[in-house]
Amino acid sequence: MEMQQFYYDNKIVKKFIYATLLWGIVGFSVGLLLAFMFLFPNVTDGISWLSFGRLRPLHTNAVIFAFVGNAIYAGVYYSLQRLLKARMASDFLSNFNFWGWQLIIVAAAITLPLGYTSSKEYAELEWPIDIAIALVWVAFGVNMIWTILQRRQRHLYVAIWFYLGTFVTVAVLHIFNSLALPVGFLKSYSVYAGVQDALVQWWYGHNAVAFFLTTPFLGLMYYFVPKAANRPVYSYKLSIVHFWSLIFLYIWAGPHHLLYTSLPNWAQNLGVAFSIMLLAPSWGGMINGLLTLRGAWDKVRTDPVLKFMVVAITGYGMATFEGPMLSLKNVNAIAHFSDWIIAHVHVGALAWNGFFTFGMLYWMIPRMFKTKLYSIKLANFHFWIGTLGIILYTLPMYVAGFVQASMWKQFNPDGSLTYGNFLETVNEIIPMYWMRAIGGTMFIIGAIVMLYNVVKTVKQGSGVEDELAEAAALTKVSKYRTKGEGWHTWLERKPVKLTIYATIVILIGGIVQIIPTLLVKSNIPTITSVKPYSPLELEGRDLYIREGCVGCHSQMVRPFRSEVERYGEYSKAGEFVYDHPFLWGSKRTGPDLHRVGQKYSDSWHLDHMYDPQSTSPGSIMPSYKWMIKNELDKSNTENKMKAMVSLGVPYSEEEIANAQAAMDAQGKLIEENLYQNPDFAKSYEADKKYAKENGEDFIEMKDREIVAIIAYIQRLGTDIKVKDEQKTAKN
Amino acid sequence: MFKFIKGHLESITGIEIYPLISLIIFFTFFTVLFWWVYTAKKEYINTVSNLPLND
Repeated sequence: MEMQQFYYDNKIVKKFIYATLLWGIVGFSVGLLLAFMFLFPNVTDGISWLSFGRLRPLHTNAVIFAFVGNAIYAGVYYSLQRLLKARMASDFLSNFNFWGWQLIIVAAAITLPLGYTSSKEYAELEWPIDIAIALVWVAFGVNMIWTILQRRQRHLYVAIWFYLGTFVTVAVLHIFNSLALPVGFLKSYSVYAGVQDALVQWWYGHNAVAFFLTTPFLGLMYYFVPKAANRPVYSYKLSIVHFWSLIFLYIWAGPHHLLYTSLPNWAQNLGVAFSIMLLAPSWGGMINGLLTLRGAWDKVRTDPVLKFMVVAITGYGMATFEGPMLSLKNVNAIAHFSDWIIAHVHVGALAWNGFFTFGMLYWMIPRMFKTKLYSIKLANFHFWIGTLGIILYTLPMYVAGFVQASMWKQFNPDGSLTYGNFLETVNEIIPMYWMRAIGGTMFIIGAIVMLYNVVKTVKQGSGVEDELAEAAALTKVSKYRTKGEGWHTWLERKPVKLTIYATIVILIGGIVQIIPTLLVKSNIPTITSVKPYSPLELEGRDLYIREGCVGCHSQMVRPFRSEVERYGEYSKAGEFVYDHPFLWGSKRTGPDLHRVGQKYSDSWHLDHMYDPQSTSPGSIMPSYKWMIKNELDKSNTENKMKAMVSLGVPYSEEEIANAQAAMDAQGKLIEENLYQNPDFAKSYEADKKYAKENGEDFIEMKDREIVAIIAYIQRLGTDIKVKDEQKTAKN
Repeated sequence: MFKFIKGHLESITGIEIYPLISLIIFFTFFTVLFWWVYTAKKEYINTVSNLPLND
């Protein structure tokens, strides 16, 4: 048989490796800064683009899409070519994939701190960037499938199925979750509202974890662990069951992020059932990975690559055991909204994704640069400081989550809340936040040591060249050969069909869950007293989105005695019908805000935004001074309202025409309320006088951003309020 | 649990068939999967599982 010569494209792999290292350190560092903001809330005082709410999505996006994303590409481009005995089909597409992805990351790093966000978790980027993501992702998929079609190896190894499953599912998720109506270059509204938006978002959010952080890494595991251990995977049969059952079950589990919320109960229960079932394929995969090391455990003692991989797979096992447990309603009732979830995701991110990436890089880099790792000792140091860092990060967060959630639910014998002031529960866990910051620091030190080790290795090695390889071209399969082959063997020769079947398998779950909620009206009972936001409230809501308030405050009172006692009447599905997008949130670093409307005076809110510690001693909320000074941009209000109308919000034409006047009137009302505070009147008049004397422009209070955000906050949850709740202003 | 499903979806005509369809989809899916895995040829499994080591 004639042998063909060709070159593996190593240069593209090298680029992705460098990008992984760079963005990894950036993403971890932003995380560390955020960790310190829990301890020193005003460390970036007054700098809007360095505020917690805006940096949080930057951290999650940087780690998920920049660090893990580039690691996926590096690993896939390395392994795919070798498993298929073919060079990537198109160098142009490979480079388009690389540079396009880096541009998207840069765009994210600029727009998120500037407050351009859709507020949907892990999908915060605005619509032009969403379109770019879709293009680059399709380029990656086309390149991959094209390469598969040109392969010289008949059978598609299981790793490639995971890559294909990843490609199709992420494409589907990204497109459906990002459907939004643009109202400006970097502003859009989700086409879904309230409960439906929440369901689509968490169908996406959960599967972003499943198909961006898990399935591609499982593919990488099935390639790199056998490589590093120099023995085949423990059970190939198990890997087949693992693949199909994992993608079949994963797609259904999203609603476990919405337990006890206003989501219809049938959808919640469906999510729970599938989450429990997920334990089986997840642990099947973990066991398969770990048992690949059978007879090679002695190597784990000496080889840092294997050390990293063993901890990574163990982390995967822990996170996928915890996931089903967290989806049990009684466990979720405690863990949800608390730091427990932060611990859970960091076991996944730091151990599974982080450590697997490190192991993979330590394995690939010396081979590509044709040298030995500069220092095994430093790699071992990285391993140990990283492992200790993970432990010191996660354990205190578990304790913090459990302690705080228990305090939220503690009652006195007379039926009142033991810790009625939310801040008491925050101050209790500050020591845990300290330990978390230290653990995170250790993890970053490890990553920096790795960077040094890699730089030294690269320097002592020779330049990366495309690697020469040889293989015979595939011959046409004769009828005789295929006689008697199993259907799956047949399927593995047919990459396009395999991709289509994988798509069908993932679509079943999505369709069954999403479509009824979107179509069946009875799922979301309407409430007649719920009215659309006033123009000023709508603008205030956009400020709430811009500042990322949703990162620390939920708007979802669950039907628990402890929450109804603390916050007020529990949230109803019908209250959110005009919320494009929904803002339920997923974490309560501060208290829930769904019933905060009319609870405090306008004046209190102004003082609180200016200096949170003055109204709430011990608060870890940062100040939002710029909102008090900035003029509110009212130039696009009518367009925003028109967009809302086309999404089904019943604004009349008259309301839209009178938007400016309505905003002015509501703004004046709030300004008058603020004047009741003599301190405010005094300093405001002084400012006005100063501006006049110096010939500066003066923005009246009614035209400032703070007035809009106050209008929005005072409206929250008031539509179905029966009586004014006279609560003491404690939190 | 079932009462929630019924309560919300009973407006759909022919809803009774849904659980049956789900059961059939699942049963078929996993039966075929396991049937293939158990009947796969050992020789084939060995070849494919060694793919990563042969580059």
